[in-house]
Amino acid sequence: MSPVIGVLALQGDVAEHVHALRAVGVSTKEVRTVDELQSVDGLVLPGGESTTIARLAGIFELLEPLRAAIKDGLPCFGSCAGMILLADRVLDGEVDQPTFGGMDITVRRNAFGRQVDSFETELEISGIAGPPMHAVFIRAPWIEEIGPEVEVLARVTEGPAEGRIVAASQGNVMVCSFHPELTSDTRLHELFVQKVKGTP
Amino acid sequence: MSELNESTTTGTTGVKRGMADMLKGGVIMDVIDAQQARIAQDAGAVAVMALERVPADIRRDGGVARMSDPDMIDSIIDAVSIPVMAKARIGHFAEAQVLQSLGVDYIDESEVLTPADEDNHINKWNFTVPFVCGATDLGEALRRISEGAAMIRSKGEAGTGNVVEATRHMRQILSDIRRLSTMDDAELFAAAKNHRAPIELVREVAEKGALPVVLFTAGGIATPADAAMMMQLGAQGVFVGSGIFKSGDPVKRAEAIVKATTFFNDPDVVAKVSRGLGEAMVGINISTLPTDQRYADRGW
Repeated sequence: MSPVIGVLALQGDVAEHVHALRAVGVSTKEVRTVDELQSVDGLVLPGGESTTIARLAGIFELLEPLRAAIKDGLPCFGSCAGMILLADRVLDGEVDQPTFGGMDITVRRNAFGRQVDSFETELEISGIAGPPMHAVFIRAPWIEEIGPEVEVLARVTEGPAEGRIVAASQGNVMVCSFHPELTSDTRLHELFVQKVKGTP
Repeated sequence: MSELNESTTTGTTGVKRGMADMLKGGVIMDVIDAQQARIAQDAGAVAVMALERVPADIRRDGGVARMSDPDMIDSIIDAVSIPVMAKARIGHFAEAQVLQSLGVDYIDESEVLTPADEDNHINKWNFTVPFVCGATDLGEALRRISEGAAMIRSKGEAGTGNVVEATRHMRQILSDIRRLSTMDDAELFAAAKNHRAPIELVREVAEKGALPVVLFTAGGIATPADAAMMMQLGAQGVFVGSGIFKSGDPVKRAEAIVKATTFFNDPDVVAKVSRGLGEAMVGINISTLPTDQRYADRGW
């Protein structure tokens, strides 16, 4: 049976992720409640404002159920704000900024700078065959430290941020600093769907 | 647009429009100091708009309303981690240059400030920072997009606490779009002429059934139900100006409007968050406004 993939729909570019997931042939569901969370086989955490999404998750009592679901092995894919939310540790966040956690990484928010520093580039990503991906970075975070079980999928290859980690995975969780959902390249979404299909 | 090297580029249309995509489903709040900015961030705002006086006070005080003091904008940038927007006068490209150099994340070329050029808006393609502009109908929205705007907001009538103009403009923009979608190729030429908009953009909207950029609402939103109505009409997010910090309990009202914007389709949530908010800002009936105080008529 084809899996149903949820997109956390508290705030952010939910529609773009839904569109990308449908393009790779899976059913999607917008997730705002615990019931909706429990009915999906995998979850995408979209781009947006991580403080806003975390705060809304707290207000609507999704924070603990999300943490529990991720701990129980729910496959998750986070882009940009989604990456911040899936990190166990956040730098330059608000003092009491809660995350869902799940990945043994330290993420620095707005690491590349403010909006005037947002950029587009080409990226080679481990596990993605074919030409490099066109990557759109918007007030993007990067990964500053990784735990032993984390696999690095991509690093910046040029400029002042050369060598910084911008995509990674650990078990069922996958994150990237950029926004594959803003382009028509669905290869990272396909990779995530394969992860979900491989999960019993 | 600047080339860092061969393949890395800043200031692209992709990162400008994409930045607005990240704000979708959120509330952007007017704030006048660092303390208000932190209240807005804690309430769950996706961004703040830094300005010296909220529109209701600009109305009351009169005079020329200009870009805010750079020190004040800096203090707000330092106070919060969410994006900071600021307003430049219509056509005032030098104010926009200053705002870009301060590092604001988005510039609102705004009719709430006193226009600096009565013929020309800013050529927004010249900037790395993205712009949001107001519109009352589709033609106005497309003219702003053709000048480089990366986000549109319906104008409404700022500083009134009266949602009627926001409703009028949002309905107008969206019904203009729906009508375009039913037209054949030949009719689109006449539509472009009638909307006074470039044919390429008119074709793009007809095909997509939506603007090529994110569409927020603004100008008169004062309650959670106002926000929910505008979202149900088709807004992708909400600007709240005077409505929060001119009300009895700004902290509570800010949170309530954020929640109502997320759960705009759930009347139970909107009902729950509408309780016990204290006094809403005192509203103004648009029909009592003298013509020269109707901000929505500024811009062309």
